[in-house]
Parts: sequence; C-alpha cells; structure tokens
Amino acid sequence: MNGNGTVFIKGNHAIVEAALDAGCRFYAGYPITPQNEIPEYMSKRMPEEKGVFIQAESELISINMVFGAATTGARAMTTSSSPGMSLMQEGISYMAGAELPGVLVNVMRGGPGLGNISPSQSDYYQAVKPGHGDFHMITLAPSNLQEMYDYTFDAFDLADKYRNPVMILTDGLLGQMMESMDMKHDRKPLYPDAKKEWALTGAVGRKGQRIVSLLMDPGVLEAHNIKLGKKWKTMIENERKYELFNVNEETQYLIVAFGSMARISKGAMKLMKDLKIGLFRPITVWPYPYEELKKAAAGVKKVFVFEMNQGQMLDDVKIGLEGSKPVEFFGRAGGGVPMPEELCDFINKNK
Amino acid sequence: MKEKVLYKRPVALSEKPFSYCPGCTHSTIHKLIAEIVDELGIREKTIGVAPVGCAVFAYDFWNFDVTEAAHGRAPVVATAIKRIMPEKVVFSYQGDGDLASIGMAEIIHTANRGENLTVIFINNTNYGMTGGQMAPTTLAKQVTTTSPLGRDVKTSGYPIRMSELLLPLQGVKYIERVKATDAISIIRTKKAIKKAFMNQITHVGFSFIEVLSNCPTNWKKDPVESNKWVDETMAEFFQIGKIKDIQ
Ligand SMILES: Cc1ncc(C[n+]2csc(CCOP(=O)(O)OP(=O)(O)O)c2C)c(N)n1
Ligand code: SF4
Repeated sequence: MNGNGTVFIKGNHAIVEAALDAGCRFYAGYPITPQNEIPEYMSKRMPEEKGVFIQAESELISINMVFGAATTGARAMTTSSSPGMSLMQEGISYMAGAELPGVLVNVMRGGPGLGNISPSQSDYYQAVKPGHGDFHMITLAPSNLQEMYDYTFDAFDLADKYRNPVMILTDGLLGQMMESMDMKHDRKPLYPDAKKEWALTGAVGRKGQRIVSLLMDPGVLEAHNIKLGKKWKTMIENERKYELFNVNEETQYLIVAFGSMARISKGAMKLMKDLKIGLFRPITVWPYPYEELKKAAAGVKKVFVFEMNQGQMLDDVKIGLEGSKPVEFFGRAGGGVPMPEELCDFINKNK
Repeated sequence: MKEKVLYKRPVALSEKPFSYCPGCTHSTIHKLIAEIVDELGIREKTIGVAPVGCAVFAYDFWNFDVTEAAHGRAPVVATAIKRIMPEKVVFSYQGDGDLASIGMAEIIHTANRGENLTVIFINNTNYGMTGGQMAPTTLAKQVTTTSPLGRDVKTSGYPIRMSELLLPLQGVKYIERVKATDAISIIRTKKAIKKAFMNQITHVGFSFIEVLSNCPTNWKKDPVESNKWVDETMAEFFQIGKIKDIQ
C-alpha cells in the first residue's frame, strides 16, 4: 500500500502494515485462528518490502527465530493467539534476559486449553506476568483499529528503546473486524539508524562479541537483574498510557476496561446517558497506570471492572485503588462477548 | 638463531583456557573450528550459535560473534541470522540432548528447509552438563544416571542415528560422521567441518557433521579409555563415514 489517508481495513491486516511501516523486516509465525490473516498477508507483503517471511513449524520456533533475527539488529515480529502464546513464553524470557528487542502480538481467544476461537481477554495474566525469571514487558492493549496500527508501530520503537520484547495484546474481535483508519506510511520510526553496537554482524576489526542470558559467575546474574530492574523502573515511570472518557468532577461511577471491552463499555455508556459514568481505560496493561486510576476514581461512588474473562485485570484495579473504593466485577468467559445492554443491567443492579 | 613459528593459537580462538573436563573432545572440536575459521579467512563474517549443554560456554572460547540459543533452538536461531545476513557464515554447535531430544523439531525442519548453514553435532551419548543422564543417542544397555540398569530399549526406545535420520531429506546436501579420538581421525574431522563451511560459502546448502565425542567425566573413564570406547563401542553402532554428499 502506498501513501497516507483513510483506509477501510481488517485489524489483522492493520498490524501487518504498521509493522512494515515501522521497518520490521523479519517475521516468523505459525497458523492459529483468529490471527491467520497476519501470516497470510505478511507472506505476500514482507517479500515486497525485501524482508524475510518464514512460516515456522511451531510457535516455539517462531519466537526463537525472532530471537535470532533480533541478534542481528533487525526489527522482527511474531504473532499468535493464546495457545501459541503459551509456547512462546520460553523465548520471551530469553529475549528479556539477553536484552533483545522484538514485537509480539497476541490475538487472544478463549481458553484454557484449546478453548475456542472466539474473542476473549483470557491471557491478561500471561501478558502482564510473562515467562520465567524476574522480568517485565511493555504490553499495549489497543481498542480500535487506528490503535492497532499506531501501537504496533510504537511497539517497535519501544522495543528498540529498551532492548526488550514488547507485546500487543488484542483479541479476535479487533483482529477480525474491519474499520476505517488513517495510514501513516511516511511516519518515521524512532531510532531507525540507531547503531546497535551489541548486534552480531560479524567481528569486523574487533574481537568477537556475544549475546547471552546465562551468567554463571557469582553475583553477575544478580547484578544483571538489578540493571534490568532499573529498566523496568524507567518503563514504569515513562511509558504508562491510558484513556479517560467522560471523567470529570461530576462522575459518580467509573468503569475500568481495556481493549474490546472498553469499546463495549462505551456503547453501554451511550445507553445510560442519565447516569454520570466515566471510563478509565488502561492502554499499557504493563506498566499499569495505577496512580492515574486512583486519581480518576477519587470522586466516584463505585468502580465497575468489566473484562472478557473472570477477573484478571481486576487484581491490578484493586492494587491501584488501594481499597479506597468499592469494586464490582462483571466478566464474560470462554469467548463470551457481552452486549452493551448486559453491562447496563449489571450497573443498574449494582450501582 | 631465527625462530620459526610452526604452530600458534588461531586468531579465532580466544585466550581464555578451555574449562571443559580434561580429555573432553569439546575442546578439540572447538579448536578445529577456530583453525578452520582462520584458514578460510572468515573470522569477521562468522556467526556461531551455542547450544545449551556443556558447550554453552563456546562463546568464551571463540573470538568471533556468537549467540546463545535456548535449549534445542540453535538451528532456528541460526536460520533467522542467515536469512537476514546471507553473506555471513553461520553455524550451530549442539550436543545430542540439545539436538536430538528437545531440539528434534528444530533440526529436522531446518534441514528440510535446506537452510544454507552448517550444523556441528556433538554426539557423546549422554547429557554431559546435567550430570550424565540418558540421551536419545545412549546405546542399548548403556548405564547412565537415569538408566542405572542400562538403557532398556523396551521402555526407552533405541538410540537414534541422527545422520541417517536426516539422510532422506532433500534439503540436506552433506552429512558426514566423524570422531576425534586420535591424530588421523582429528585430521579427518577437520576436513569434514571445513568442507561443511565451504559448502555454505559456495551456496551448496545444508551440511551436517556428526562428531562422535567423549565424556570422560560422566562415562567414569579416563580420557584414553573414553576414546577407546568411542572407537570400539560407539563407532560400531554409529558408523564413521560420509553419509551424503551432493554438490
Ligand atoms: C528447557 C530446558 N530444559 C532442560 C535444561 C537443562 N539442561 C541443560 S544442559 C542439558 C543437556 C545437555 O546435554 P547435551 O546436549 O547432550 O550436551 P553435552 O552437555 O553433553 O555437551 C539439559 C537437559 C535446560 N537448560 N533448559
Ligand atoms: S561433562 Fe562430559 S561433555 Fe561436559 S565437559 Fe565434562 S567431559 Fe566434556
């Protein structure tokens, strides 16, 4: 696709265009619904951009290919849906340990196990508390296709900025739907020419260098973890992102929801114009905007948490509120997607 | 009197002394690779991928760019590196637990895709690093720490001959099984590994060198006895020689 302007596009395709615009030149992925349009469309688009597309033989292989691609300094991505994301946890941890950038997209579906292929937010925990070892990963949760495109692009910049994997946490609803959005093909990636001096590009005129996550000498791993810890702290300080919708001094009830559920919540709010309801939508679910949430809830009577799971982000809301407000939770599980009316009913019964 | 240099440390070998057990052939094979890299003049464009296993520390001993890979994943890490930088010489170096057990899918598919890279497979019939447990290559009746009565093929299956397993895959161009137990076999091993690197440089394609290696520590044998066991017992089941060579 050429130029800028408004396009009518499918969510999974928007991710591909954003990645290519951000300079992603390596993609590996394995088929799984509801994200198949990503590898399919990528298999056509990536070669047009002179990048590498590989259909990996499993998600374990996809993520480890992304690890390899990242060692060269290339911008690289893999995508999957919930069961595939489970297989990727190993590689995500190795990338964080070895300080390798990379972008992952989880187009969530229902679980546990094979679950189903309906939209779900069942992997919130796995996204905000990934892999083994003491590490974190910035996780962005878009709630419309413009954001799918914009945040996928941002994810590559953030990954390079922090030398760490970054995840886009979305679901089958946003992946499969079509919507109009603005393409920004001439947006320039940050750090496009950043010299990745750590990258393995051949030891020309220098000694060999290495990329490792194994640090066996006494104290070295602890020092490495402490160094990483400073990075997590910087991310927490600088990268929290959220949206406030209809939140003002008069707001009496606050809905907290992310991704698709935030969209549905906005629909419910339209139907309940006589109630003073506001929405707090975390965009980064890690780092979670705890302080901003507490501030937004300061004047309200009650907080409603809505998720397409049985209460995972709920933990973070409670951490943020520090017991300052009563919290009511409504969730649909196993791929259930609520109608706005269901949320209205719940609010009316529990307000 | 003028000094004449007959032999010196390859530039591609770092100055760090090997930390492998005395007599372990990991050291020998590391040194051969460094010599070959020097001889081919490719130090500045070689990228190695180290396994999880005793040789995870390979990056300490080679003086060219090396990345670690998760256990068994070295061939796919190498694949991505080679695809992005086709002009580089990329190889993985893997033990038999790494390659033939946890990394079986990775090696089979990398070979089948016919990636233009080199795989050095160190077969020492056990998991050296974790203390000598049974590997897919452990011989029938061989005693290991997880087969204390000897490998029972009825419950643990038969040892896998990786080189023969890869033979029918059309993407694979060169397979040779070698050993490193004496001067002659070490020279042959060097020749095979060099050819595998040359195949990559001349775009022949995927090459796989299986080296019958020893593990004196876990075999509870001294280095001389270990090499004798390689020659007499291991090599009887894992036949030495060229298995495939398509130019
Ligand atoms: C996922 C995972 N499982 C298990 C291990 C533990 N582990 C480390 S090395 C190793 C075996 C290595 O054996 P081999 O590949 O035969 O190499 P050797 O040490 O004999 O050279 C195992 C199982 C690990 N590091 N990661
Ligand atoms: S444990 Fe075995 S394979 Fe590992 S270094 Fe010692 S002898 Fe070599």
